Amino acid sequence: MKKVEAFVRHEAFEPIRMELLDKGFPSLSIAEYKGSGRQKGITERYRGSELTIHLRPKLKLEIVVEDTDVPVITETILKHARTGQVGDGKIFVIPVESAIRIRTGEDGGDVLQAHETEEIPAGA
Amino acid sequence: MLGLLLLPTSALASAAELTQAGEGTLGDTVPIDTMWVVIAAVLVLFMQAGFMFLEVGFVRAKNAGTIVAKILTNLSIAAICYWAVGFAFAFGSGDVFGDNSTLASLIGSNGFFLQVAGTGGVDDLAGNSGIPVMAVSAASIDAKFLFQFAFCAVSLAIVWGSTLERIKYGAYVIYAIVFSAIIYPIGSHWVFGGGWLQNGDTPLLPTGMQDFAGSTAVHLIGATGALAALLLLGPRKGKYGSDGKPRVIPGHSMPLVGLGVLILFFGWFGFNAGSTLGTGDGRLADVAVITMLGAAGGVLGAFLVSQLRLKTIDIGMVGNGMIAGLVAITAPSGYVETWAAPIIGFVGGVVVVFGVILIDKKVDDPIGALSAHGLAGIWGTIACGFFTAPRLAEYNAFGNPEGGLLYGGGPDQLIAQVVGVLIAFSFVFILSYGTFFLIKKTIGLRVTEEEEDAGLDIVEHGMYGYPEQFIPLPEIGASSTGPAAPHAGAQAPVAHQGRGDAVPGGVTA
Repeated sequence: MKKVEAFVRHEAFEPIRMELLDKGFPSLSIAEYKGSGRQKGITERYRGSELTIHLRPKLKLEIVVEDTDVPVITETILKHARTGQVGDGKIFVIPVESAIRIRTGEDGGDVLQAHETEEIPAGA
Repeated sequence: MLGLLLLPTSALASAAELTQAGEGTLGDTVPIDTMWVVIAAVLVLFMQAGFMFLEVGFVRAKNAGTIVAKILTNLSIAAICYWAVGFAFAFGSGDVFGDNSTLASLIGSNGFFLQVAGTGGVDDLAGNSGIPVMAVSAASIDAKFLFQFAFCAVSLAIVWGSTLERIKYGAYVIYAIVFSAIIYPIGSHWVFGGGWLQNGDTPLLPTGMQDFAGSTAVHLIGATGALAALLLLGPRKGKYGSDGKPRVIPGHSMPLVGLGVLILFFGWFGFNAGSTLGTGDGRLADVAVITMLGAAGGVLGAFLVSQLRLKTIDIGMVGNGMIAGLVAITAPSGYVETWAAPIIGFVGGVVVVFGVILIDKKVDDPIGALSAHGLAGIWGTIACGFFTAPRLAEYNAFGNPEGGLLYGGGPDQLIAQVVGVLIAFSFVFILSYGTFFLIKKTIGLRVTEEEEDAGLDIVEHGMYGYPEQFIPLPEIGASSTGPAAPHAGAQAPVAHQGRGDAVPGGVTA
C-alpha cells in the first residue's frame, strides 16, 4: 500500500477528482495548505504600501492505493496539474503499513478504493 | 370581481385632501416638501450599500473586495454624468424644440449642469417651472435632482449583478458613462420624465403608460443592461459542466446577502414614497404602507414556491423574493389601493423563484438580477394594467382614468403597459448591447481564465477583500519584526513588512 500525496493548484483538483472517480478511485482527502517553493510570492498592495507574501495557497491531495495502482494515480495528477509554469506543485509517494475501515473493523488492501460491490448513495 | 371593487380604499389621504392638494389650497409646503425629497434621496442613495452587500454575499470570497471599489466608482461617475447632461435629458421640458414638439417627448433639453431658469416665485423655488414634469410638488429642484440622480445610480448598480466574478474593471467605467449620460436618462424620460410613453402620444399606446417609481424606468432598464452584458460576457468558468448542465457556485456569505436585502428594503421607502415628490397630500404614507406590504408579499411568495418546488426554504431565494416584491410594487405603488399590494408582491416573489431556476439553465446570473429586477419589473409594470384604481389614475393624471382591468377600465391600460415595457426594453437593449460590443472589441470585456481563477481582487486591485483567508498573517511563523530582506527568497524565514510592523498601531494612512 502506498499513499500518494500531491500539492497542486486549486483549479487542478476538480478535473483530477472526476477522472479518478471514472477510473474507480473515489476515496481521497484534501486540505488547504500554504507553502513555498520555487514560485515567487505574491506582492500585495494595501493602501499604498507593498506587502510581500512568500507563501502561496495550494491544495494537498491524499490518496491511499495498492502499489500497482500508484502509476494510474500519479499519471492522472500529472495530466491535470501540469501547466508547465513554476508553482505546479509536487507529488510524494509514501509507504503505508496498514489500513483499517472503522465501520467494520476489517483491514488490508480491500478497504482501499473498493466500492464496486456496494453502492452507497450520496448523503448516506 | 365584484368583491374586489367593494374592498376599502386607502384612508390616509382622503378624497377631499387630494382635491385640495390638486387645487393647491393645502398651504405653502415648500420647506416640508424639500425636506422630504432630500431625505428620500438619501435613503435611495443608501441602497448602494444594499447592492454592495448583496453582491459581496453572493460571490466567492476572492471577488469580494472589487465590489466595494466598483460601487463607489460607479456612483461617482454617475453623479458627474447625471449632473452634467443626464438630468436635462431625463426631465428637461425640451424648450429649445418648442413645447409639445415630437423631439421634446423623445429627449429633454434644458437643465444641463442643473442650470434651470424658472419664474422664481414663492412656489417656484430654484426654478421648478423650468422642469414642469416635476412641478407637482413645491420641493426645490435641487432636491428633485438629488432624488432622480439616486435613481440613476440604483439602475446602474443593477446592471452589474449579472457580470460578477469575471468582468474587467474598465468595462464598468465606460458603460457607466454611457448609461448615466444617455441610456438611463432617455429611457426614464420616456417612461416617467414627461416623454412619449408616459403621455401616450403615439398610436402604439391607447393611453399613457403608468410607472410610479420605476419598475420599468429603473429596474427593468438596469436588468436589460445586465442582460446585454451577460450575453456578451458568457458564464463564469466552471458554471456549466461538459454536459451543459448548470453547476452551483455558492456565494460566500448569506448573512451579508441578508444585510444587503434589508438595506435595500429600508431604502425602498425613499424610492417609492419619495416618488410622491412632496408631502402635502399625505400620499407618501399610503405609498410607504403599500411598499411594506409588497415586500411582505414577495417574501411569502418566494418562501412558498421555494418550499413546494425546491423542498427547502432557500435563503437566497427568500432574499430575492423580498427584492422582487419591492420591484414589482414600485410601478403600481402610486396607482393601486392598499389591498392590491400584497398580491402584486406575492406574484413577484413567485416569478423570481421560477425565473432564477429557468434563467440559470441557460445563462449565468450570479445574483439573480435578471429575475429580481427584470422579470419582477415587467410584472410590476403590467400589474398596473390590472390593479390601477381610477381615482389614483385620475389624481396622478397619467393613463386611463377609468382604471385597470379589475376596475372595469378595459384593456387600454394593460396594452399601454405591455407596449411600454417592450419599447423601453428594446431601446435599452440595443444601446447597451452596442456599447458592450464596442467595449469587447476594444479593451475587452472579460478577464483571462488565469485571472478568473486567481480572483478579481488580487488581479484588478492587488489585494484581497479578505486577506487572512488567502494570505497567511505575518504573525504565522514570523519571529522578526523588522522589514523584509530586499531579496528574500523562497527559503527565507517569513518576515513581512506587514500591517502592524511598519507603524505602531498598524495605521499607515
